[in-house]
Formats: sequence, structure tokens, C-alpha cells
Amino acid sequence: MSEAALGASATTRFATREVLKHVVLILGALVVLLPFYVMISYSLKAPAELMQNTGGFFGSQADFLDDRCILLGGTEASCMVNPIAYNYDSAFREAPLFRYLLNGIIVTVSIFVIQVIVALPCAYALAKLKFWGRDAVFGLVLFCLLIPVHAISLPLYVVLAQLGLTNSYAALVIPWTISVFGIFLMRQFFMTVPDDLIDAARMDGMSEYSIVWNVMLPTAIPALMAFAIFSIVAHWNDYFWPRIVITGDRSLFTPPLGLREFRGDADGSNFGPMMASAVVIVTPLIVAFLLMQRRFIEGITLSGMK
Amino acid sequence: MASIELSRIQKRFGTAEVLKDVTLSIADREFVTLVGPSGCGKSTLLRILAGLEAADGGTVQIAGQDMTRVRPAHRNLAMVFQSYALYPHLTIAQNMATPLKLRDLSRWARLPVIGPLSARSAYRAIGEQVRETARTLQIEALLDRKPSQLSGGQRQRAALGRAMVRQPVAFLMDEPLSNLDAALRVHMRAELSELHRRLGATFVYVTHDQAEALTMSDKMAVMMGGRILQFGPPDQVFANPATLDVAEFVGSPKINILPGEVDHDGRVSALGRGIPARLLVDGRLAKVGLRPEQLHLDGGADGWLGRVVHRENLGHDLYFHVALDADDQRLVVRGAQDRNGAESLGDAVRVGFKPDRALFFAPDGTRLHSVVPAKLAESA
Ligand SMILES: Nc1ncnc2c1ncn2[C@@H]1O[C@H](COP(=O)(O)OP(=O)(O)O)[C@@H](O)[C@H]1O
Ligand SMILES: [Mg+2]
Repeated sequence: MSEAALGASATTRFATREVLKHVVLILGALVVLLPFYVMISYSLKAPAELMQNTGGFFGSQADFLDDRCILLGGTEASCMVNPIAYNYDSAFREAPLFRYLLNGIIVTVSIFVIQVIVALPCAYALAKLKFWGRDAVFGLVLFCLLIPVHAISLPLYVVLAQLGLTNSYAALVIPWTISVFGIFLMRQFFMTVPDDLIDAARMDGMSEYSIVWNVMLPTAIPALMAFAIFSIVAHWNDYFWPRIVITGDRSLFTPPLGLREFRGDADGSNFGPMMASAVVIVTPLIVAFLLMQRRFIEGITLSGMK
Repeated sequence: MASIELSRIQKRFGTAEVLKDVTLSIADREFVTLVGPSGCGKSTLLRILAGLEAADGGTVQIAGQDMTRVRPAHRNLAMVFQSYALYPHLTIAQNMATPLKLRDLSRWARLPVIGPLSARSAYRAIGEQVRETARTLQIEALLDRKPSQLSGGQRQRAALGRAMVRQPVAFLMDEPLSNLDAALRVHMRAELSELHRRLGATFVYVTHDQAEALTMSDKMAVMMGGRILQFGPPDQVFANPATLDVAEFVGSPKINILPGEVDHDGRVSALGRGIPARLLVDGRLAKVGLRPEQLHLDGGADGWLGRVVHRENLGHDLYFHVALDADDQRLVVRGAQDRNGAESLGDAVRVGFKPDRALFFAPDGTRLHSVVPAKLAESA
């Protein structure tokens, strides 16, 4: 009898712990998801519903009268619009969102590609080659990890300005091409690659560069994926640096800069289109990583290094 | 095919002296084993021979040419690693083709898409060589698999295949069998010896397992503490070890070492029993080595008295561990084939020995030779 009672109490205790854990996790998830909920909801609703805070998540989706269309001389009948269509249409009409997205892709992809081209040989040298001062160089890499970008942004800006590179893709890309974080991350991964594999490649006749690209790179795909996530997210979402070096030319705006277009509205309440463009800007990242996530996990499980 | 001369090779890592003046000469087509306990510098020596590590002193000659400063790929040696070191992202066929592509194709012809189109005949020749090698190793069916999809033994063969396709002048192997299970390891020993005869190439084989060295090689070099202690044919090393360390390392179960005494006439005794031999050192302590197969359990009245404390049944052989009553000494004795191991645990036994093969060592481990052949000494 006592044993059964013990067992029962153990299971209940176990269950309450599980419930508690999940409650905490769910609360955390809600906190994280709330802004997304608001963003998506606002991008679906009519201005009046936003002002009065009615209509729940979807709003009523009833057509409403577009004031601006009236101002431009439209008839009442032709100016009735659906809220979703209105929000997304204005987002794309008021700012060249596609252009911004394209800029975002050009900038983040160039940054990532160049970072890889620089970081892989560096990481290889730091992880697998023996040379005088290697530990000091690695110490320097660690030290550079600690420097916040904002601290060096001013001198960087001055240099770029003197080179006449502000307001160009180069200004957006060049400062980020050497990623100490990338070097550090890849170096840590390369440390786990067996030395024998590299020696085998040398016996086969590969040069050191050839080893980096033909042996280290393919085995490091999972680490590279992790780095890609960090790098692309950071630079796609970066507002600070583009804001500094892109001062006039709207055709160079990256997506976060594009969001700013809406902030300046006269009544400051045009939330619908603003949230619509926010949705447009974050969607590519979310889609990309839903796709990548698969490849990422695959990469980790496949790399049965032996 | 080539002879190999390593002369006065020195290597230190930081302050640790790993190789101390190692000289080794390997004849063409010879199967030489470097054997020694872990950490004695075998791999380092092999890597210096391969060119993967630079020696601090000494020279490496391959086929009569000084190769000390030549890059690994240009020495035309192939290496098989303990971990096999196959490229994990390539199929076995691609793994095997890699050294050929790097040797035979120009930079252009190695490019991904353009290469195979522009140098079609070269690619076909490489493919043919890969298939040919795969056929001899019977791994044709595995050519399209990735290394992670193979068993240990199959990976081992694939690694051998990658080494063989290039038809190198010599094969270097660093403990290639130690990741295999015991049965496969024994099987692969025979297969490697056979492969050596078939290819007629020079083999330099590193192992910590003295059994592999004894069974496979034409000559074995016993290494310890960064030196080669003895270099010679396995039966000679086994029967006639140069030092105590070599005697203890080669042979399994280990040789029994007994404290011995030499009187002023040079007569030797061990544990109070005379041994028919004369040594040229008098009045000194010596060590007497007796292999388990030289001992037996029916020593008669003057045998060492002891008690069986452990029976080690290997199927084909039965070894008894005997604790002697008089001294704090244990002996390993091979059971007689015909007596079926009648003795059981705890039995009192008298250990005797066949005197003609006893080995003598000075306290510092150097070998002492009897000046009188054992037979004569006995009758004297
Ligand atoms: N790259 C290295 N750096 C420092 N010490 C090393 C290095 N490689 C080997 N050693 C040392 O040299 C000694 C011999 O190593 P190794 O040749 O691998 O021995 P073995 O193959 O006989 O087990 C060991 O003590 C090892 O710690
Ligand atoms: Mg080793």
C-alpha cells in the first residue's frame, strides 16, 4: 500500500513540475511573440480600428473610405478600399520596398561572402598551422570580439568619407568584411577537425588554400550555417550603420532604413502601412531560416566525422 | 619502388626530445615495422619520413635522393592513417580519385564543370584506375557511398585504395588496424602481408602491437624513448633481444625476469637455482629472462616451489600464473600441451625450465652473453 502511495505521489509531483515548466516556457514564448502578433494584426486592420483599438486580430475587414484618395479627387465609391489591400499597397507605393529588399540582399550576401573568404583561411591558420605568434594573434582576435562596433563607428565613418565612399554599397559592406566573430567561430570548429584529414590532403598533393576550400569548408558546413545566421540577421536588421553612411540616396536604403519613411507621417498614426512594410521586411528572414533550419540540422547530423 | 634511408634524425617539441639521432635504412620492397610503446616517437618518425613534419636534424633519402626538404606530395609516398582520414563529404570513388586528380590534372581541368568537359580522356583514365584498384581490394560495390555509410573494415579498405591508386614508391601506415575489432585485425594482417607481396612496394608500418610486428614484417625496429633499440628480422629480435626492454616488449605473455646472481667463476644462479651458463662478469647481480614457453610445471625436486594463482586459457595455449613461495615473484608458465592443464587454482607446483634459451641482462638492461654454450656448461 505504502509503495503504491509513494509511486502516486511521485507521479503527481512529477506532473506538477512538468506543468510548472511549461507554464514558464509558454509565458516566455508569449512575451517574445507579442510584438509579432501586434505587427501582423496592425498590418491587417483599418486605421479607424487601430485608433479605437477594436476588431480583434483580423479587424472586421470591412471596406473603408480612403481619405487621401478623396483628396486626390476620387469619388466616394471608387475610394472604398479593403484594409489589407490599403496597408500593403501603401507600403509598396510610399517606399520602394522591393528596391530596399534588393539592397538588403545585395549588402547582406556580399558581407557574408567576403566574411567567409576572409575568415576561413584565418581560422584555418589559427587552428591548424604552427607559426610564431599564433597565440598572440588569437588573443588579438578575442580582444577584438570585445570592441563594440559603435565605439569605432566614428573613425570608420571619417575614413570612408575621406575616401569618398559614403553613400555607396562599399560603405555598407567594407567595414564588416573582417568578422572576428566569424574567425573565432570557425577556428573553434576547425579545432575539432582531425589533423589526420589535413595531413591526408597534404599527402594527396593539396596546397594549403586548396585544403581550406576543398576539405575544411565542406566539413564546416554546419558551423558556416550558424555563422550565416548570425551574420545575415545582424546585417539585414542593422539600422545603425546604414543610417550613418547612407545620407541621401534613397535607392541605397536597406530595409530597416525603409521603415523610417513611415515614421515621418504628418499625423504620426499611419500604423497600418508601417506594420505592413515591417511584415514585408521580416518575412524574407523568417522564410529563409525556416528553409535553412532544415539544412542546418541536416548538416549537424550528417557530419559524422570519422 | 624505393629504398629509404633515415639518418641521424632528431626532433624536439619544445623541450621534449622526441627523436634522438634515429638512423634506419630500409631496403627496396621491404616490409619494415616500427614498433614500440605509445609515445615513443614512432608516428613522429613516420611523419618526418612523409614530410608532414620537419626534422630538427638529419636527412631523409628516398630512392637515393635527398628528400629532406621536399613537400609531402612530391615524395610520392602514400600514407594510411589510423583514423583512415577519408574526406567525409566525398564518395569513396571521389576520395580515391583525389590524389590522381591533383597529380595528373592541370588547375583548369580540376574545375568543377568545365574540367570534366575539357579533359574528358584524363577523367576517364582516372576513373578507370580507381575502378581497377577498387577491384583488387573488392570494394567496387562501395564506390558510390560516403565514408559515414561504411563499416570500419570497409573504410580501412577505402583508405588503402586511396593510397594504392597513385602507385607510390612506398606505403606508410600509422597503426592502420588499431580501430578494427580483434578478428578483423588478425584477418587484415594476412591480407596486408599478401598485398605487400603482390604490390612489391616498400612498406613502413607503425604499430604499438608487437604481435603485428612479429607476424607481418620482414624486419622490425623496436623503438623506445626516441631511439631504435634493435632492428632486425622478427624471429631474431624475439630470440635474441638486444636489451632487457626489447625482451620485455616483444613476446606475449611477457618474458619472466628473475633476479640472478653471478659468482666469482661466472656461474649464474636464479632464485637459488643454478643455471648452466658462464658470464664474464663476476660477483655481480644480473637479471635472468625466461619466456613462458621455456618454463614447465613438472620441475621435479629442485624446481621452484609455488602455487597456481591464475589460469589464462587462450584455447590453443594455457598459461599458469604461479606465485613462488620463497620469493615475492610471479612466473607465467605455459602449460604442457599433452597434460591438458591438469593443475588447477591453488595447486602447489614445482616450476622447472629448459635452460638452453635463458637470456641474461646486466642491471642496466644490456644483454650479457654466456661465454660457454648452454649445453657444454651443463655437462661441465
Ligand atoms: N605536435 C606535437 N607537439 C608536441 N608534442 C608532440 C607533438 N607530436 C607528438 N608529440 C610528443 O612526442 C612524443 C612522441 O609522439 P608520437 O610520435 O605520436 O608517439 P607514438 O606514435 O610512438 O605513440 C609524445 O610524447 C608526444 O606527446
Ligand atoms: Mg602514434
